[in-house]
Amino acid sequence: MQIFQNTNYDFTGKRHYALFLTAVLLIIAVVSLATRGLNFGLDFTGGTLLEVGYSEPAELDEIRSAIGRAGYDNAVVQHFGSSRDVMIRLAPQEGQINAALSDDILKALRAEDESVEMRRQEFVGPQIGEELRDDGGLAMLIALAFILIYVMARFEWRFAVGSIAALIHDVVIVIGFFSVTQMDFDLTVLAAVLAVIGYSLNDTIVVFDRIRENFLRMRKSQPPEVINTSLNQTLSRTVVTSLTTLLVVLAMFFLGGEMIHSFAAALLVGIIIGTYSSIYVASSVALALNVNSANLIPVEKEGADQPGHEL
Amino acid sequence: MLNQYPLWKYLLILLILVTGLVYALPNVYGTDPSIQISATGEGQVDSAAHHRVRELLEGNDIPYSRITLDEQGMLVRFADVDEQLKANDILRSEMGDDYVAAMNLAPAAPSWLTGLGALPMYLGLDLRGGLHFLMEVDTDTVMEQTYEDMSNEMRTILREAKVRYRSVTQKDGAVELRFSSDEEREAADTAISAERRDLQLIEQERNGAYYLVASLADSAITEIKKAAVKQNITTLRNRINELGVAEPIVQRQGEERVVIQLPGVQDSAQVKTVISATATLEFRLVDVENDVREAQRGRVPFGSRLYEERNGDPILLKKRVIITGERITNATAGFDEESGSPAVFVNLDGAGASRMASVTKKNIGQPMAVVFIEYKPEITHEDGEEKVVTRKVEEVINVATIRGVLSKRFQITGLEPNESSELALLLRAGALAAPIRIIEERTIGPSMGQDNINQGTSSVLIGMILVLAFMAFWYRGFGLVANVALVTNLVLIVAVLSMLQATLTLPGIAGIVLTVGMAVDANVLIFERIREELQNGNSPQASISSGYAKALSTIADANITTLIAAVVLFVFGTGPIKGFAITLSIGIITSMFTAIMGTRAIVNLAVAGKKLRKLSI
Repeated sequence: MQIFQNTNYDFTGKRHYALFLTAVLLIIAVVSLATRGLNFGLDFTGGTLLEVGYSEPAELDEIRSAIGRAGYDNAVVQHFGSSRDVMIRLAPQEGQINAALSDDILKALRAEDESVEMRRQEFVGPQIGEELRDDGGLAMLIALAFILIYVMARFEWRFAVGSIAALIHDVVIVIGFFSVTQMDFDLTVLAAVLAVIGYSLNDTIVVFDRIRENFLRMRKSQPPEVINTSLNQTLSRTVVTSLTTLLVVLAMFFLGGEMIHSFAAALLVGIIIGTYSSIYVASSVALALNVNSANLIPVEKEGADQPGHEL
Repeated sequence: MLNQYPLWKYLLILLILVTGLVYALPNVYGTDPSIQISATGEGQVDSAAHHRVRELLEGNDIPYSRITLDEQGMLVRFADVDEQLKANDILRSEMGDDYVAAMNLAPAAPSWLTGLGALPMYLGLDLRGGLHFLMEVDTDTVMEQTYEDMSNEMRTILREAKVRYRSVTQKDGAVELRFSSDEEREAADTAISAERRDLQLIEQERNGAYYLVASLADSAITEIKKAAVKQNITTLRNRINELGVAEPIVQRQGEERVVIQLPGVQDSAQVKTVISATATLEFRLVDVENDVREAQRGRVPFGSRLYEERNGDPILLKKRVIITGERITNATAGFDEESGSPAVFVNLDGAGASRMASVTKKNIGQPMAVVFIEYKPEITHEDGEEKVVTRKVEEVINVATIRGVLSKRFQITGLEPNESSELALLLRAGALAAPIRIIEERTIGPSMGQDNINQGTSSVLIGMILVLAFMAFWYRGFGLVANVALVTNLVLIVAVLSMLQATLTLPGIAGIVLTVGMAVDANVLIFERIREELQNGNSPQASISSGYAKALSTIADANITTLIAAVVLFVFGTGPIKGFAITLSIGIITSMFTAIMGTRAIVNLAVAGKKLRKLSI
């Protein structure tokens, strides 16, 4: 099966439309983040979470009043996955420090209905939430810094800036998606965002690799032409890899269960955005920074020009 | 000749493949729900115990699949978790105090595999169910206690050296001694320096009084805190052993934190009270020479302290402790023979017994008090900020007249029935050196764990089947080669995880799913290159060779950057994120091997030395 062979789409020519789309997406993301913020999960806010399973579809109002009678009025009670599963979430309690809160609630629920089954119980102290937030942000910055250094060493600073621009673009849009939809932003989503960084970069590097190769081969061509040719040559690969990854992420999204639902959603958005950004954002930035063959001559080449090299 | 591997490369690939298969194999057999029975104290795991277990299970109509005896004890395997749970209740209550029954997951693989050290993957708590706690040791309280001890020691030193002093107070991480004259202070300095060389002594003068400030070096403070955390870990381990949990993890994390993981445990409420309880005992003589009412008015005599009994009555006790809970080697809950009220029977160690004997011998006819000490966390507001502090609650639970010389073994009364069994457990397991509190909990019920395994496995399998179908459709012959590599990759990931016994979590499974999707990338890069080469008019053999060669640096670059992200995740991530980072990293490395060397080997075997006119790509 071949459908992207010998394509000649004018990617670089259309980069201004792409720039517009990028700008719109980024503005929506940033505005939403600034006004609505993120719906942080328990990992980051601290608090108590209790997930229980009933043998029959559960009435949320009854559960709410049972919890209210136990003395917790501000609990968030909602179905989780199915009508028989219920998730109860409490913000950090003023004047209460013990992790026994969820045991208390469970006891109150058992008094109403003996069949209730404890499925998950989480307590995150306020200082832990804060630490996880700080560590997560730090991890993201460090990952970006290391990648920047690696790409600078292997390619050229214009490419490095291009790839980092694409990554920041991806991260902002994925996080913006969570702000717009107000889906739970928890630790696993943070992991997904970092995985998106890795994935999107993977795509970008493949394109850059080809651009570098073509700059040396097409010495007489202008940079936009070289970049366009490279994008077309790698298009088939970009699409195929995105498709296979999307297939597994879709499997995860639909079959993986509630606990990794947000995670899969983040990857889903991230892979689509990452594919788009490696075509339009990364190379457009490199182009805007006047990347040309002269920049690339001193760069040492490996593998690409050594036919017959055994692997 | 093009497209031929030397023999050693084929052998190497074969070796890795066989090793991978062997180590992945135990996962096919899975694990059996089982109960591990081990002996404590007097008990012995022998054929008699074996017989007893069989009787108990058969008598209660609980089917089991196998009982085996080994060095660690006895292992009873069951077909499902329900039977395991029922059996656990019965065995724990019927086997008596000499045995500990703990629920476990035992590898079901045949012995030739386990003999090779091949074990199934170690499942995280989110997959097998269980409790996870992160606890923080309150080292501030330890330091307060240290300064209190220091103050007492100073008083003793000064008294023995016959140096007059005005006061000894604790102040901002130091002990401040006040004197009326410089000479007295000099004398104190000499006396204290002789006894405690580790203290830093600073002289100060304020408002006509002479001060000596004694403080500890930073390194000494760190040592004290470290020792407290270490002792707490030992105590926590003892307590958890008392609860009977298989494969518990109790580990230090950072400076003042302890991670506890208890697989398979369901009653988190009981565990919480037991592990975070800080109750202990102290034995003190009652001060009978002074008046309690005088002390209540604020005139507490020197060397005594005012306490409260359970009913709220005040009582004056001597400051000097006879012995503390640390000297207790064994404690069992029971009932007093005469009154029938709950009691704790206590055994002391050698030093404790001789001290108890010498004090009681001198004080026959005098009353002695048992003080029950508990640390309770409380929230206070300080400058608008919420702060958790630990409050020490001391209660006199029992006052009894010393009738004879007490030494190694005696009993304590004055407790409620549930208190006596809990106190006995706590005394057995030892006291915590410092109060401890839970700052994070993640508990997964067993049904949730099983659901997570099922959902995780089905998403891996369905995702994999989709990718396999797509690749075969898109790249035909070469697609099939890539598929062989993909399946091999999955086997290798499982094998490496099993070998390392790294914890597999739900996010870890997500990492595997993601690797499955991304692992084909290397092959896609190679195959696209081969197609391009063919289009440029190269021969099939030459196209294969240069396709692989040209794709290599791209594959390396792309994977190294992803690996950087995965390693950063591993280093900075906690809990669920780490699990994801581990499988992602392993997947990236194994996929490089299978997608590059693995597929090349198959392609080479198929095409080497042949005249090809067309490739199935």
